[in-house]
Amino acid sequence: MDETTVSSGARAATTHSGPLQGVVLMAPQWKYVRVHPLIVRITHWINALAILLMVASGWRIYNADPFLGFRFPDAWTLGGWLAGALQWHFAAMWLLALNGFVYVAYGIVSGHLWRKLTPLNPLAVVRDIGHAVRGRLAHDDLTMYNAAQRAAYFGVIVLLVLLILSGLVLWKPVQFHAIGMLMGDYEGARYVHFFSMAAVVLFVIVHVLMVALVPRTFPSMFTGRIRTRAS
Amino acid sequence: MKRKTMATSLDDFSRREIASLERRLFMKRGLSLGALTLLSGCDVTNQESVQKVLWTMSRWNDRVQGWIFDPNQLAPEFPESRITRPFPFNAFYGINEAPVVDPTNYKLEVSGLVQEKKAWTLPELYALPQVSQVTRHICVEGWSAIGKWSGVRFSEFLRRVGADTTARYVGFKCADDYYTSIDMPTALHPQTVLTFRFGDRILPREYGFPMKLRMPTKLGFKNPKHIMALFVTNDYPGGYWEDQGYNWYSGS
Repeated sequence: MDETTVSSGARAATTHSGPLQGVVLMAPQWKYVRVHPLIVRITHWINALAILLMVASGWRIYNADPFLGFRFPDAWTLGGWLAGALQWHFAAMWLLALNGFVYVAYGIVSGHLWRKLTPLNPLAVVRDIGHAVRGRLAHDDLTMYNAAQRAAYFGVIVLLVLLILSGLVLWKPVQFHAIGMLMGDYEGARYVHFFSMAAVVLFVIVHVLMVALVPRTFPSMFTGRIRTRAS
Repeated sequence: MKRKTMATSLDDFSRREIASLERRLFMKRGLSLGALTLLSGCDVTNQESVQKVLWTMSRWNDRVQGWIFDPNQLAPEFPESRITRPFPFNAFYGINEAPVVDPTNYKLEVSGLVQEKKAWTLPELYALPQVSQVTRHICVEGWSAIGKWSGVRFSEFLRRVGADTTARYVGFKCADDYYTSIDMPTALHPQTVLTFRFGDRILPREYGFPMKLRMPTKLGFKNPKHIMALFVTNDYPGGYWEDQGYNWYSGS
């Protein structure tokens, strides 16, 4: 399903406004390559919505007992008051968990996860993060994730699993006591839940920033195809 | 030779131009999407249909929590050294407004699907077999505190009044006009205790004199204080916070 397939050939020459108006340019050769299978695109956007709802309602719940000494501005939160925020949180959790299950199950069965996220070489990850912050990360082949992307996408899956597990402990500290003992019981789970949320939010910020820097990756999350230079 | 270099640099330039254009377009689109969400955000969440979905989901979560509930799963108990001191006061009113209940005239009313509808005096209740627990009280707000409570197992009390334990709910009415209700499986849980003592003294006024139903398998607000009457029923009795939108089951 997500094999790389070339779907379109070269593109016509373009004229350009601005300083180059009227100049006929050498036409770059473009080809379209399928990068995101349909299931991945659908689950991606459902996941984006679920995370938005979970984070915004979660901040309101945190505000009811701000144990880290600060509050989120009410305007950034969802639910209006604690009961409303809890209603949102415990409704959207189904969206997050079921959608996440479909994505991970598909990813494992189809081999998509393995193909996209391996190899995970720590040295390559450090090297590519270094390249990225210096703005020198190569984006010529957008069909392949670089090591920093593989680490980030793998990491955010792990974080979401951690959020769900710590969330289960906070929701049902007695029934899921065994999981709770892995993270310092109820009070420990509050910290695990908060800091995994913070890490996911950081991921989202960097993720959106990266899309802004390489915008042609954005429509591909809808169409599944990406325009890349034919060599 | 020279020509080729020229063409390449133009090509590079146009690519950069396009990239920057794309970037600006993306930002613009992103900003309008954000603005739209902000503008419509408040209206969307207050809509009746949205509220209906949220309430339906909450009732669904009641059912799921009933399925997850294991009647044999015990809440962790702690050594007395872990007791939180001072234990936080928490109610929908200030500590000075906590109800004053006169112990001499007090009688616990028992009604509904029970065989023996007699009212219980405090000495009668104190004479029942007593158990103690040091457990964690978890508030719906997120904080938790460990306390020690003693009293009669609620399952034992329900047995003595001949309650129909196949009924669905036990409801409570309190001296501060608080009211709440619980599911029967939780009422019969071994750690669900009708408590008269807090620590090593009679349950003080601020913590629910003359009695509090202690359930370490439920959030704090589900543990009624100052109980004046209880009843067994199949008709959903709701609760003070539950009727305002807090999840009814709220089990731990």
